[in-house]
Amino acid sequence: MQTYFNELADHMQSLTRGGEVTTAWLAAEQSDFVRFNKSALRQAMNVRQIAVTLGLIADGRRIELRSSLSGDAAPDKARLAAMFGRLRDELPQVPPDPYLLIASEVNATEHRVVSTLPDPGQVIERVLAAGKGRDLVGLYAAGPIMRGFANSLGQRNWHEVASFELGWSFYHRADKAVKSSYAGTVWNDAVFDAKVTLAAEQLARLAEPAKSLQPGRYRAYFTPTAMNEFLGALAWGGFGTKLQRTRQSALMRLHDGAVTLSPAITCFENVADAMAPSFQADGFVKPPRVMLIERGVAVDTLTSPRTAREYGIASNAANAEEMPDSLELAPGSLAMDDALAALDCGLYIGNLWYLNYSDRQACRLTGMTRFASFWVENGRIVAPLQVMRFDDSIYRIFGANLLALTCEQELVPDGDTYEARSTRSVRTPGALVSDFALTL
Amino acid sequence: MDERIERDFLAAAPAVDFCALRLVGETSEQLTVRQNVAEPPRLSIDGGAMVTLIERGGLGYAATSDLSPAGLRDALERARRYAQLGGGRSVVDYSGIAMPRPQGRYASTVHDDIGGLSLADRYALLTDVSRATKVDARIVDWDASLWHTRSEQRYLTADGARAEQHFDYLVSSISATAHADGQTQSRSSAGRYNGFCQQGGLQVLDHAHFRDDGARVADEALQLLAAPNCPSGRMDVLLMPDQMMLQIHESIGHPLELDRILGDERNFAGTSFVTSEMFGSYRYGSPLLDVTFDPDRAEQFASYAFDDDGSPAQREYIIRAGLLLRPLGGAISQARAGLPGVANSRACSWNRPPIDRMANLNIEPGEAALQDMIASIELGVMMRTNSSWSIDDSRNKFQFGCEYGRMIRDGQLAEVVKNPNYRGISATFWRSLAMVGDRTTFEVMGTPFCGKGEPAQVIRVGHASPACKFVDVDVFGGEA
Repeated sequence: MQTYFNELADHMQSLTRGGEVTTAWLAAEQSDFVRFNKSALRQAMNVRQIAVTLGLIADGRRIELRSSLSGDAAPDKARLAAMFGRLRDELPQVPPDPYLLIASEVNATEHRVVSTLPDPGQVIERVLAAGKGRDLVGLYAAGPIMRGFANSLGQRNWHEVASFELGWSFYHRADKAVKSSYAGTVWNDAVFDAKVTLAAEQLARLAEPAKSLQPGRYRAYFTPTAMNEFLGALAWGGFGTKLQRTRQSALMRLHDGAVTLSPAITCFENVADAMAPSFQADGFVKPPRVMLIERGVAVDTLTSPRTAREYGIASNAANAEEMPDSLELAPGSLAMDDALAALDCGLYIGNLWYLNYSDRQACRLTGMTRFASFWVENGRIVAPLQVMRFDDSIYRIFGANLLALTCEQELVPDGDTYEARSTRSVRTPGALVSDFALTL
Repeated sequence: MDERIERDFLAAAPAVDFCALRLVGETSEQLTVRQNVAEPPRLSIDGGAMVTLIERGGLGYAATSDLSPAGLRDALERARRYAQLGGGRSVVDYSGIAMPRPQGRYASTVHDDIGGLSLADRYALLTDVSRATKVDARIVDWDASLWHTRSEQRYLTADGARAEQHFDYLVSSISATAHADGQTQSRSSAGRYNGFCQQGGLQVLDHAHFRDDGARVADEALQLLAAPNCPSGRMDVLLMPDQMMLQIHESIGHPLELDRILGDERNFAGTSFVTSEMFGSYRYGSPLLDVTFDPDRAEQFASYAFDDDGSPAQREYIIRAGLLLRPLGGAISQARAGLPGVANSRACSWNRPPIDRMANLNIEPGEAALQDMIASIELGVMMRTNSSWSIDDSRNKFQFGCEYGRMIRDGQLAEVVKNPNYRGISATFWRSLAMVGDRTTFEVMGTPFCGKGEPAQVIRVGHASPACKFVDVDVFGGEA
């Protein structure tokens, strides 16, 4: 695929006329998706998709056209030529763009993780065996993901990772379930079996009568998986420069210095250790690390090239949405094995669900507990929880109410498969907090 | 080209229990003018095919953007491999399901094709709307956008069924953010997620009052800046159609999708508090509640003649006089559950298989005039335009917020309030429906962004509703 893309890129370069800059962004994957329900197959498929987004820049104007491609270089080169024909026809009708910023430095990069993924038939066997006698539901997604960038200035970037992710739930009944995942580049039966055993142990706990709580404030421990939901919500409108400059950021008061978070909170975009490409769709190469919050104080925001030009500031090669691709929350000092003891009495929250801002100015989020969440007394799990709604401010949860972060972090890959398999991820510890507000 | 692809598919399709090809070709254009500056246009030409193949009880799919004869043959082989892997260990014996064999054609009703405006004219229109939105120095961000998509779809089976559908979708949006004295408030024409979306041509913009709505949007953002927080307490709420569409979507639409009830979505989108036994006997809401699945309303966003498994679509009552009648489930789910359903097996594009989606799901108008609804409320809040939504994985405990609130006191509209929120439980909330607005309050809306499925899919849905009054609701405001 890299050879094919380079052939297209060279062709694009040959089609470029004087006074033009052209760009190409390739997004491709060859994915197997196998859906399970009730420990049986529901839908199984293979998806091969290739799309290129061509950019044409001339006379201070810019236009982009995305098109699906066949993967065969000869017809796809003809497609590229036709695409440029349309772009050239329409470009004069596009108003000049005062915020145009072109990646004029040539920065070539290449990252390839080519692994031998298991045959889907073997995975199906393993998963159905794990589900025997249980109610298993989930999705296996696997295959190579490719991203490429090229421009007529000669830059070439390539990112290719062959990986798998199995996300599955064991259901006890109704909404009582344990959710687990196994992701990587090399499948190991022993690792999978260990995860199945752990999930089965938690499943047994869900058979206990569930505890119903009254709305109120509770001490709570959030696993890294639950923390990923908080960080995902903050990523959605908390770290971008454009929203900060237009006073819409969910972390506006933090950016203004009107509030601080706990000194334990240090948060950064960690491109160096990311699963995502180190370059973005306009060809800008990202710095290894962008510090966003340091010891509870806002430090920087994610700035796309367009925002940089608009506000006359430096870009840190953020994507157009100015959302982190590889957010990391620094660890604390609480050993994960000691988390229940430190919690003593309260909520062990394994997963959160459907977070949204109930008051963006106050950075107040609402959402639900989900999957394996438990009531804990004297440092021991005593009952599964009936699902509860929370509504609380990040400024409280990770401010005065934050008691500890665990010293272990977990990498939580983004399992999103909208349009294409995501390359985003979050690395986070677990967190112990006091006075977490449940409302319904 | 499509005829060539059809011939190639028919020539290559193997002799199996069932084999179908769904071809999708979509062109789209997204234009935005932000702060009176045109952003570069985002254009797209997307095309590909999904093969569906059933053999010896197994079901396999394969999708490809390679539509050459070799590409189609490869997709058929990949789909067959998966069908064979699923034989004897699938949730149902797929070979035993009578898959539809559609014949027919559908096309959106288009008056004044947006293509009649040049690209320069489309930008000029957006610039005019953008300029009209900047009404005050306190408006710190604003934009106007248009999103047009033309989708051409063909569905054919190896044994001769063939359906062809052409859709024209148009989505418009205006938003304005006001800021002063440490406060920020945003307002939009119909929600940040594009409530004004319909099939058709430029008539869609007339419906949205797009050309002259900017000043209203900005003025209401300024009103919110000066407004107090919505008070807390139990009171009546009067939900206008651009909030009702979200209420319908989350707490009627999703819980009634049959694949959720069958458990398919439990690992991601969730399950449902509704069970198969409830259909025909469960009282979902007050006797005023009439809900229809309506694919026949020409202008509505998710109208069509056939779903993506080829089932012919027709209007059905889902809830009538408050009584739950049938789920939202397509041919495969109906066969699995042994329940009637509707033609709502839908895929977001060629690269995803069909699953149960709500399509057009509407509340039928009642008889109450808006003025009478307001007059009937001693203490309550009128809420407009969803801004926040969250609901549990059984689609029961919800909390929704709106951009704009207006107190109702002693039967009169009173002061504007910011951050209006309410929470409730689906299973009881619809029973508190006390008045349903008449046709003058009825709006046809929708969203391009309904997410669900593994692998995930974002799909277009339509929701039409009158204004509705609910009594004794838990209402609250913000902290700021």
